[in-house]
Amino acid sequence: MALLQLSGPELAWRVGDAVADSVDCWSDDALWVCPAAIAGVAGFLRQDGELDFQYLNAISAIDYIGHFELVYHLTSFRKGHKATIRARLAGRENLWAPSVYHLWRGADFQEREIWDLMGIRFEGHPNMKRIMLWEGFEGHPLRKDYL
Amino acid sequence: MINGPNIRTEPMTVNIGPQHPSTHGVFRLRVTFDGEEILQVEPIFGYLHRGTEKLAEERNYTQVVTLTDRLDYVSSMINNQAYCLAVEKLLGVEAPMRGKYLRTLAAELQRIAAHLMGIGFILQDLGTLGTPLMYCFRSRERILDLFEMLCGARITVSYMRPGGVFFDAPPDFWPALEQFLRDFDEEYKELGQLILENEIVMVRTRGVSYLPLEAAINGSVSGPVLRASGLGWDWRKVEPYDAYDLVEFDVPVPPYNPAGGDNYDRFWVRVQEIRQSVRIIRQCAAQIEPGPVRAAVPLVLRPEPGAEAYGRVEASKGELAFYLVSDGGISPYRCKIRSPSLLNLTVTEHLLVGWKLADMIVTLGSVDINMGEVDR
Amino acid sequence: MNCVLGPDNILYDTVLFREVYNFVGQVLPCWLSWFVAGFVIIFLLVNAVLLGAAAFSWMERRLIGKFQNRLGPNRWGPFGLFQPIADMVKLLFKEDLTPGTADKLVFLAVPVAMVAPVMLMLAVVPFAKDTALANLNVGVLYILAVTSVTSIAIFMAGWSSNNRFALFGAARGVAVLISYEVPVVVSLLGVVMLAGSMSLADVVSAQTLPFIIVQPMAFFVFVAGTAAELNRTPFDMAEAESELIAGYHTEYSGIKFAMIQAAEFGGVMAASGVIVTLFLGGWEGPAAHWLGWLWFLLKTMAVAVGFIWVRATFPRLRIDQLLALAWKFLLPVSLINLLATALEIYFLRDASGVLTRGDLGIMTGINLALMAGCVFLFGSLVREKVRPVAPGLPPGVTPVILPARESPARDLPAGETD
Repeated sequence: MALLQLSGPELAWRVGDAVADSVDCWSDDALWVCPAAIAGVAGFLRQDGELDFQYLNAISAIDYIGHFELVYHLTSFRKGHKATIRARLAGRENLWAPSVYHLWRGADFQEREIWDLMGIRFEGHPNMKRIMLWEGFEGHPLRKDYL
Repeated sequence: MINGPNIRTEPMTVNIGPQHPSTHGVFRLRVTFDGEEILQVEPIFGYLHRGTEKLAEERNYTQVVTLTDRLDYVSSMINNQAYCLAVEKLLGVEAPMRGKYLRTLAAELQRIAAHLMGIGFILQDLGTLGTPLMYCFRSRERILDLFEMLCGARITVSYMRPGGVFFDAPPDFWPALEQFLRDFDEEYKELGQLILENEIVMVRTRGVSYLPLEAAINGSVSGPVLRASGLGWDWRKVEPYDAYDLVEFDVPVPPYNPAGGDNYDRFWVRVQEIRQSVRIIRQCAAQIEPGPVRAAVPLVLRPEPGAEAYGRVEASKGELAFYLVSDGGISPYRCKIRSPSLLNLTVTEHLLVGWKLADMIVTLGSVDINMGEVDR
Repeated sequence: MNCVLGPDNILYDTVLFREVYNFVGQVLPCWLSWFVAGFVIIFLLVNAVLLGAAAFSWMERRLIGKFQNRLGPNRWGPFGLFQPIADMVKLLFKEDLTPGTADKLVFLAVPVAMVAPVMLMLAVVPFAKDTALANLNVGVLYILAVTSVTSIAIFMAGWSSNNRFALFGAARGVAVLISYEVPVVVSLLGVVMLAGSMSLADVVSAQTLPFIIVQPMAFFVFVAGTAAELNRTPFDMAEAESELIAGYHTEYSGIKFAMIQAAEFGGVMAASGVIVTLFLGGWEGPAAHWLGWLWFLLKTMAVAVGFIWVRATFPRLRIDQLLALAWKFLLPVSLINLLATALEIYFLRDASGVLTRGDLGIMTGINLALMAGCVFLFGSLVREKVRPVAPGLPPGVTPVILPARESPARDLPAGETD
């Protein structure tokens, strides 16, 4: 068996119906959501019987210089499909996104790591502090402007 | 009564690690004990953080292979494989059949070696003073010798390349492999007798530190730890890569227990997976045919700008994935490593709170983390 | 000659003391010859402990090396025999650290308190006929009393180090020692009843049939209890390396550490000697009159190898399981053994209270049957406790890809857009 990659349009259709003002845009295999709606969308993806994304594979952050992107890779064991949800964060300073810690405990270390290395703060995370580097470290080393 | 109101007790906070014989690297746990019982636990790491993701942005695609060796340094072959698969996905190339078989074979040998380490160290944590560990190392040494024949290195192998493997196996590799598999059957049986039905191992690991399936899934746990909780999810089966769709193997899952998988289940899953790996290796060795081992890829790889790939494998510790983003340059624009050891640590608190100090050490061993991978 | 420190003391019963005393007494004043003879005995004791410890540490490392497919010490001297000397020299020259927050005096006293009981223990063990350094008429009681001192030393170490791992080790060590003291004492009562005396020499001569087969349960309980008191696997709670780093002696280094190690290794030798004396017939063997010391030494080595073997193979128990073993298994078993032995002696002895070899044979049969019954009974009780779910290993491993739940058909195929 192989996992089915849910298409961007399908995701957009489902998510857009359920969570108002959440969809940003979509491509063939990914859906961009508005950063402020991440927690709502994540809650829907996890609770919805048809989507049933119980498993968060990974959260990645990418520095595109002009903006940052968060990428959520999700899998449903029961339904046998996977999806990629993305969010665009504009600017470089005081970045934040809602935490999905309370939906997926697996987000715990990954969100802390993104804060530590990329400088994106997750609101709602109960323990938002550096994880790899020590407290008091200056800057966020995975950013493209950190040399 | 001893526990009268006049006897004052207070919880005691102890740092287990970063220098401790049983934390399997520079891992630190800040634990609050009530007597021997754990009240609170906080995992602290980062002591081995080398910034692999940042380093990968400054090397070309082929050079990054050497960085992956140093992630989970007891299963470098599988790390190589995960990275190469991600790059191949990015480029849209595919390895030739012989290369695929060689990669599968090397990865499964490495899985045996890594699981042997895992099993050996659980028993070391149980207090066996190294005898079972040395039994495990005896077989592992043989595997490392095979790796030396394949690529000249034993630990940091860098054997695989985007598009296949670097070298074909030398002719005397195959008889050596055959000999190893023959000897290993005997050694495996001996090891199984020594450990699987040992009364003290049973008493110490059965019913200790349950991990329910819900908690495991919610905590992004993967690999043997997830399977021990009762879900036979193996990426080799679900999304077959390399030659895994051409070989037969089973995914060992312990009998389902609503309470979850205990330390014995995690331990048992690894022991059984070794046998499946041997099956895969035998099939690979039988099915492999002469041919090129590496696809025709340019020396300096330049994927399309904006291309992205999430290449994942079932590593010895769980789901290992490289998420690569290209900007059209010669090195990855972003190389995110989804490390199974780090995410398996998410459930530390769930596993440890309420158990005793001695159980804590064994449970950590049964989760089988590798600090090279946790800290990257 | 008017002499305050004359032959009128317990040491004078010892052959060695008497010989030395009489020999040097020909030229020296009697008080000085008393000191010389005493010094000879102490010199022998100290060196017996140190040499025993050295021999044992070499034997252990060498044997465990063999168990583990490696060589073990093999560089210094034939078969690495001088390795303990090299170790001792190394430890002597190492910096002797005392933690700043330690209780200095108690910290300093620990190595002494560790080594002393081992030497005192050896004082009453008869190496051959009439060679005990002091033939006490309460030898068994004396040994039990002296070995208990170790628990105080362990607690002193744990408390004075001001280290939490050491404190863990000390708390565990004391819990284990106190728990195991009880079954050990009770198990020895059977032996004492059989011998009719507490003197170790009398216990040996009473063993027309070695007590290991007359008292199998007592032997098992005593060996288990001794292993616990010596901190040997599977009962090495107090220094559980994988958990507590080094347990109660985490903070010790240099010569202090060497003394603690010597006490531990010497303790195993001394305890093996006690086991041999109490259960394996001591110096008895062919040509015991001439070769008694050799039999004693060989038997002691065999018991010590047994300890090493166990150490090389067994995992460690958890502290609660260990205490449960002591209170729920060893203590009842030793009590059953005590009762059975008392009844057997009551019914079997003749009018003068003497047990013949035939009587011992009958007791052996009864006790072995009783032991089989006990092992079966307690085994089944314990098994139910520790394995609430025992599904066993499934014979054929079946692949499970998804949990067995129904997955409703997807109403929207992939790729379809609105």
